[in-house]
Amino acid sequence: MKVIYTDSLVIGGGLAGLRVAIASMQRGFDTIVLSLVPAKRSHSAAAQGGMQASLGACIKGDGDDEEIHFADTVKGSDWGCDQDVARMFVNTSPKAIRQLSAWGVPWSRVRRGDHEVVINGKKVTITEKDEAHGLITARDFGGTKKWRTCYTSDGAGHTMLYAMDNKAIQMGIPVHERKEAIALIHEDGVCYGAIVRDLITGKLIAYVAKATTIATGGYGRLYAISTNAVISEGIGNAIALETGIATLGNMEAVQFHPTAIVPVGILTTEGCRGDGGLLLDKDGYRFMPDYEPDKKELASRDVVSRRMTEHMRKGKGIPSRYGDHLWLDITLLGRKHIEKNLREVKEICEYFLGIDPVEEYIPVRPTQHYSMGGIRTKPTGESPTLKGLFSAGEAACWDMHGFNRLGGNSVAETVVAGMIVGEYVADYCSENSLNVSTSTIQHFMKREEKKITDLLVRDFGENPFKLKAQMQKIMMDKVGIFRNGEDLEQAVEELKVLNQRAKRIALRNRISSSNPELVEAIRVPKMIKLAQCVAYGAMLRTESRGAHAREDYLERNDRDWLKRTLTTWKDDSADLPQVTYEDLDVMKMEMPPGSRGYGVDNTVHHPDTPKREQEIEDIKKANPGADRFELQELLNPIPIPEKFKGKNERIGRGFK
Amino acid sequence: MSDQERVLKFQIFRYNPQKQGDKPRMVTYEITEAPGMTIFIALNDIREHQDPSLQFDFVCRAGICGSCAMIVNGQPTLACRTLTSNYEDGQIKLLPLPGFELIGDLSVNTGKFMRAMSERVESWIHDAYADEVNFEKLEERMDPDVADEIYELERCVECGCCVSACATKRMRPDFLSAVGFMRLARYALDPRDKRSDEEFYEIIGDDDGVFGCMTLLGCEDYCPKDLPHQTQIAYLRRKMAFIR
Ligand SMILES: Cc1cc2nc3c(=O)[nH]c(=O)nc-3n(C[C@H](O)[C@H](O)[C@H](O)COP(=O)(O)OP(=O)(O)OC[C@H]3O[C@@H](n4cnc5c(N)ncnc54)[C@H](O)[C@@H]3O)c2cc1C
Ligand code: SF4
Ligand code: SF4
Ligand code: FES
Repeated sequence: MKVIYTDSLVIGGGLAGLRVAIASMQRGFDTIVLSLVPAKRSHSAAAQGGMQASLGACIKGDGDDEEIHFADTVKGSDWGCDQDVARMFVNTSPKAIRQLSAWGVPWSRVRRGDHEVVINGKKVTITEKDEAHGLITARDFGGTKKWRTCYTSDGAGHTMLYAMDNKAIQMGIPVHERKEAIALIHEDGVCYGAIVRDLITGKLIAYVAKATTIATGGYGRLYAISTNAVISEGIGNAIALETGIATLGNMEAVQFHPTAIVPVGILTTEGCRGDGGLLLDKDGYRFMPDYEPDKKELASRDVVSRRMTEHMRKGKGIPSRYGDHLWLDITLLGRKHIEKNLREVKEICEYFLGIDPVEEYIPVRPTQHYSMGGIRTKPTGESPTLKGLFSAGEAACWDMHGFNRLGGNSVAETVVAGMIVGEYVADYCSENSLNVSTSTIQHFMKREEKKITDLLVRDFGENPFKLKAQMQKIMMDKVGIFRNGEDLEQAVEELKVLNQRAKRIALRNRISSSNPELVEAIRVPKMIKLAQCVAYGAMLRTESRGAHAREDYLERNDRDWLKRTLTTWKDDSADLPQVTYEDLDVMKMEMPPGSRGYGVDNTVHHPDTPKREQEIEDIKKANPGADRFELQELLNPIPIPEKFKGKNERIGRGFK
Repeated sequence: MSDQERVLKFQIFRYNPQKQGDKPRMVTYEITEAPGMTIFIALNDIREHQDPSLQFDFVCRAGICGSCAMIVNGQPTLACRTLTSNYEDGQIKLLPLPGFELIGDLSVNTGKFMRAMSERVESWIHDAYADEVNFEKLEERMDPDVADEIYELERCVECGCCVSACATKRMRPDFLSAVGFMRLARYALDPRDKRSDEEFYEIIGDDDGVFGCMTLLGCEDYCPKDLPHQTQIAYLRRKMAFIR
């Protein structure tokens, strides 16, 4: 049995995983990163739009600060997020971006003087201040009050990931590539690493560690069409679920992005609309202002996706052999802007659609994009139920996004969570010793070996590729943008059947070393379980909140549903997960539930909401001299590692 | 995009070094073309319906991550963004990218090569104070044009096309290659990196570095991100020659 020991094992080499690894290495702990692919190829590289941080340097970001970013984030989440975490996040994001700047990200900068930009379909001139020249600039994104999304042309994720991985290389952090974690090792409620399959040799290795962090990204590939990379299959979430101890949070919270190209589902960034692009229907008509007169194309993502779908249902879509779609028009931005700030979009249009977006409209449609759900953690990033297991990034339900995440808040989360959770991982490493028994390691090793041997010797059975395709189709058809009880019940039943069938997978290519069919056979049963968590959670949640939109329960129901879904899978032979709920406490909220300001507000309010509002009023009155920091301390005192407690400086405002 | 269905003939290099007794060979697969079909779609179709053992690497399938470079009808390119309709006769021959360790079939270990390259050129900001930066304060300013110029060089996706297209690399196994030159040029341009020209010379001032380059520019011809190899290599040579 091959065993590798370390202090901090990080599963995932995207932005979140690398940042956690850097933090534990900086604190002197032996650290190893595992990744399916070379770290720089992780899906973080695909983020084009940018990262939200309230630097307020560009003129359209003037006046921005943590409070406004916090309010946007909580509203965006449809009050489903953990406000402590959202607070930690908004306070740390400016530090994260500045640190990345020192580590090499060539963020696009403010240029003094007049600029012509497109706002609400019209050309306007804005004037950047002299004193802001050379600071990090920002663009507009959906659901935000200020221009807050910092970017590098349209390669934000790429440049962030390169800077992060380069930093990791500088620090000598080993990244073990082409390795797949397929099970967690745990004993008496404590996690001690993972059983890992080498994707080249097929050998199993036990990575034994004090602290294990899962940063494996999203589970978008549960859907047939997704903007996600083909490796975003949620295996990290699944291995946590399979412990029977760790819980997954809000798995039904799945985001659809308004503008992926048809048919392949590759994303064109929200930056297209942020920079002034419009959505048009088959008559060339700009329909969004009719639905959302205020934010129009730049309403929150979930809202825009639903409005587009509604509009297509009215027969206003452009028919194609792949179904209806709408147009994204960026021609009004002009060649110069597109070739500089939206170049990846242009390349994608040229290569995959054979069109030039400077002159032609782009065919788009809402498409699966982001997984708000994931491994439930405390604000420290640790699982509340399985000690020593941490999670960060898209894989986690740290829960700053609730039921809908804002564009630009995700890459920001990966880095900020990496910083904060990384400190707690290091604390954990220093406070705990490794005392797992060899027999436990052997037990997990043998169990995984046997599963693989069973697959390799079975003569007849199910085809893993087909099972996966069937699962993806169910998710597309029945657990999509708009959901209803009938479809969801069917999805749950059909997935149960697939779950059973997935126990009898047989291979045509029966070798244990590098073998794509075997990889699929290991992953597919795990993916089906995750799909069940999503579908079942969606079926049970009889309200509409953020991206979870029920046609049979249109209202957001705070009275009955201001709670987080928790899913476990205790008995491996069961054909459904167990679902419980965790209340969100209105009386602790810095910002009690209100209206998001889209469409009609038909919220069923929580009885505590007016109480808490009154309480906040009273606190404000009792402390008339309190500045915003003191008020926050009174309303929402949050734990945050010492390193990140300081105030953030802004131009023209200092540390105020 | 034509709506006429035609049958594509893929000739694919097959060899699994992990499998005892396996030998390199070319295998032909036929599949029906679909509109908008890319090599990514075609290869997955072949794997799912004809040969589940076929190995290849795709991650983003959008021309962004640099995973999928291979030789398509003699030319190194990103397979995921190559439409099958580009090939009029419907014949497509696929070989793994040369110059890298073969994992199996069309899959090569570019990751290992690129990490070694990054270590060799010390692909990070050299600034003794970078870790002590007070991130509560305003960030250090940068000229907007300089930031844009750095990004131009940072657009490299480490796909390896330039390495496979380089004649010098074939003769000199330790030749740094264009991807390394581009990376180095990126840091040389960056005011945050405090390395001197002499320090850069240490890294590329020999025949495995920029003086080995024959400027035939296979690199620039095949770079899927259109990096300015010619200008940058010339610039580095001038800069280094000055020190020599
Ligand atoms: C097309 C696109 C554009 C986006 N644009 C933006 C944007 O502009 N702004 C924004 O804020 N957000 C954006 N997002 C979202 C954001 O990019 C992601 O949420 C974020 O990058 C996820 O980072 P991560 O570190 O959590 O995971 P990833 O970057 O996905 O990394 C996951 C890592 O885990 C590894 N891994 C997975 N499973 C295993 C396993 N079983 N064993 C070992 N290793 C494993 C992988 O190899 C990889 O290294 C975008 C997303 C997409 C899909
Ligand atoms: S110019 Fe020619 S020799 Fe020099 S790196 Fe490019 S391909 Fe290689
Ligand atoms: S320089 Fe161009 S060809 Fe070379 S690795 Fe980078 S992107 Fe690929
Ligand atoms: S798969 Fe990412 S570039 Fe081709």
